[in-house]
Amino acid sequence: MDATRRAILLTSAALASSVALPGRGLAQEQPRRGGVMTVHFGTEQRILNPSLQASTGVYIVGGKIQEPLVDLDASGRPAPCLAESWESSADGKTITFRLRRGVTWHDGRPFTSTDVQFTAMEMWKKILNYGSALQQFLEAVETPDAHTAVFKYARPMPLGLLLRALPDLGYISPKHVYETGNIRENPANTAPIGTGPFKFLQYERGQYIIAERNPNYWRDNLPYLDRVVWRVVTDRSAAAAQMEAGQILFSPYSSLTIADLQRLGQDPRFEVTTKGNEGNARTNTLEFNFRNPVLADLRVRRAIAHAIDVPFFIENFLGDFAKAGTGPIPSVSTDYYPTEPMPQYPFDRRRANALLDEAGQRRGAGGVRFTLRLTPAPWGEDIALWSTFIQQSLQEVGIRVEIVRLDAAGFLRTVYNDWNFDLATGWHQYRNDPAVSTSVWYRSGQPKGAPWTNQWGWQDDEADRIMDAAQTELDPAKRRALYADFVRRVNTELPVWMPIEQIFVSVFNKRLRNYANNPRWASSSWHDLWLAS
Amino acid sequence: MRVLALAGRRLLSSLPTLLLILVGIFLLLQLAPGDAVDALIAQTGGGADTRAAAEMRAQMGLDLSVPAQLANYMWRLVRLDLGFSSIYGKPVSTVIFERLPATLLLMLSALSFAFFFGLVLGVLAARRVNGWPDTLISTLGLVFYATPSFWFGLMAIVLFSVHLQWLPAGGLEEIGAGYTGLRRTLDIAAHLVLPTLTLGLIFLAIYLRIMRASMLEVLSLDFVRTARAKGLDETRVVVRHVLRNALLPMVTLIGLQAGTMLGGSVVVESVFSLPGLGRLAYESVVQRDLNTLLGIVFVSAVLVICVNFVVDLLYARLDPRITP
Repeated sequence: MDATRRAILLTSAALASSVALPGRGLAQEQPRRGGVMTVHFGTEQRILNPSLQASTGVYIVGGKIQEPLVDLDASGRPAPCLAESWESSADGKTITFRLRRGVTWHDGRPFTSTDVQFTAMEMWKKILNYGSALQQFLEAVETPDAHTAVFKYARPMPLGLLLRALPDLGYISPKHVYETGNIRENPANTAPIGTGPFKFLQYERGQYIIAERNPNYWRDNLPYLDRVVWRVVTDRSAAAAQMEAGQILFSPYSSLTIADLQRLGQDPRFEVTTKGNEGNARTNTLEFNFRNPVLADLRVRRAIAHAIDVPFFIENFLGDFAKAGTGPIPSVSTDYYPTEPMPQYPFDRRRANALLDEAGQRRGAGGVRFTLRLTPAPWGEDIALWSTFIQQSLQEVGIRVEIVRLDAAGFLRTVYNDWNFDLATGWHQYRNDPAVSTSVWYRSGQPKGAPWTNQWGWQDDEADRIMDAAQTELDPAKRRALYADFVRRVNTELPVWMPIEQIFVSVFNKRLRNYANNPRWASSSWHDLWLAS
Repeated sequence: MRVLALAGRRLLSSLPTLLLILVGIFLLLQLAPGDAVDALIAQTGGGADTRAAAEMRAQMGLDLSVPAQLANYMWRLVRLDLGFSSIYGKPVSTVIFERLPATLLLMLSALSFAFFFGLVLGVLAARRVNGWPDTLISTLGLVFYATPSFWFGLMAIVLFSVHLQWLPAGGLEEIGAGYTGLRRTLDIAAHLVLPTLTLGLIFLAIYLRIMRASMLEVLSLDFVRTARAKGLDETRVVVRHVLRNALLPMVTLIGLQAGTMLGGSVVVESVFSLPGLGRLAYESVVQRDLNTLLGIVFVSAVLVICVNFVVDLLYARLDPRITP
């Protein structure tokens, strides 16, 4: 255990200082060509095209076949991929991308600016989740020549925001494949055609996906691997066994049980780490329904936060893979993580009781003040543990909690559409910039039924004003200050409490080389990945 | 010809049951909150446009009232159209047909394994009733019956795949190896050994208990005494006279368990990553893919009806006094 703990502490130290560690000091080793990379694929997706669906389950496959305009380098900075360079006009309404020359699609056709135009206007703006909000004010993409794409916005678009969002929300699809017929039903959605280092070969539902080396890849003499095979394994324990049997070399995104992660962490054949996932941070939430008058009282919300011993929970249930959070912006987001301390709610049962008394919620029969229904999201073992911990903690201060467990579809419908809950808990995914998927948790006026948005019945003009200003602020320093104001405001009002921060955990077979060398490695293209014999 | 007429009559008489099952499942799934579009959004991880969601609901016919959706489904079924799967983006019949071979393979191999060894062990136990072989076999049977199959499966993987490395840990065949002919058959067989054992052991326990009890019952009947009085040796008595009569309850069980095996293999399919119908059914419930789920129920029901028909014919072969 000690060795792992040390390894993980080292990792978190590296995280705190910046983002990913590059390579592993193995540069002296000569890369070996060939070999098959086998990947654990836990949840099958309906489509594999990342220009149409932004989720880790799609990137893990589609991210090797298709490529984005902009990628992230080892230190987490935007790096050229299909775009070689970019510039913004002074008013922030025109952003020009110069595209890479000599790139061809897997079917042999050349990649040009019309592909960028088509993908941005027809896919990102109309279909791609998070993309449609990001590109809401995109009016047109002009193509003065085959290798220049000029994005025209109706309102200023901060270049930093766009570049931070594009590694996930900037995948390009071929226009000639998609221009006729319904995009949602195009056969290429499950047999993607891209410009990436691997070409799609075969998808057997319920069994596997195979992609093979693209011999015409624009990075010369890359990739090293012959093939990538994704094995569909839905049972977590079986996946751990397949890792041990060598049938799977990599399990991404915390797909194994916490017990197996700790066990494999002690095995010298594997590395269990959060490294390479810094771009996929998430926080555990506690969501309050303001339609319940008891919860609309700020003192009650604060009392609930004070009643829960977060460090105890993390130490005893999540182990080394989580740490205490301080608000909606996680600490890995170095550009926006507030530097000054923000309002916090440390564990203090006496204060919790006092606040509840003050709010007029006296203890009744059996010491119970009132009863709440808690609806946990069904993904992640940590959420199930966390909801039980909340239940037991709140019992101590006289709040009875009934846990209502639902599956994914039921959870979304009940919480975000029917508003039939008092407390809900799940994950908030942070996507490199607070404007992408974080401010929607707080901004009022979200359409009813939109999941992972402000469906709490909470409205705050001050918070809305700050978020709107930050959305179009071009000056990075001012934008940072606005997001500090934002965290201060929402931590004070507490419509949602985000007390735990986590990064996905990966399990690597140590035969891999050049792994986890960027902050979204599981999603990235693996063009430089190779396998030691 | 008589057999055909019989089959037709049997199929006709099962139609009301089939209809009842389909309507029941349809209504049951309506009770679960959320629909296929909610499940899709859960998978994408949010950020979806609510207008796009409404469009998708309209496209899938989810915006209609429940009776209208049910009527639509039944009308399609009458024309033998199982509809379109919302998760797989393919006709349901194609999706099910892709999964059927793996399911049938697993079911047949597990059933034959359980039947054969259940029979042999049951006969052994009955012949040495209350002796040590009986105690040993019965205890083993209880252990197999009481052990959850996911644990059995995982332990088998840990022992045979991780430590001994004799057998593959999961999957239906070696991926991308491109084997053909005999090589491929052997490869698939190797992949099926552990799932067959895991699924078969529980059923084996049941078969051996039934076989033992049935043997003991038949052994006490008059005709056995007559056979012994004729001077036949014990082996001939057991094989020629007792076994045939004792087999009837076993055959009944096959008919009953064919259905259980179709649905009950979800756990084994998940643990061994096999692309079978059980996992497909589970997925379609979670994803609220009503068409696929109803399609699976339909196909399974037809399969069970067929198996039971064959069982009835077997009865007549085993015991001429029974006419189907």
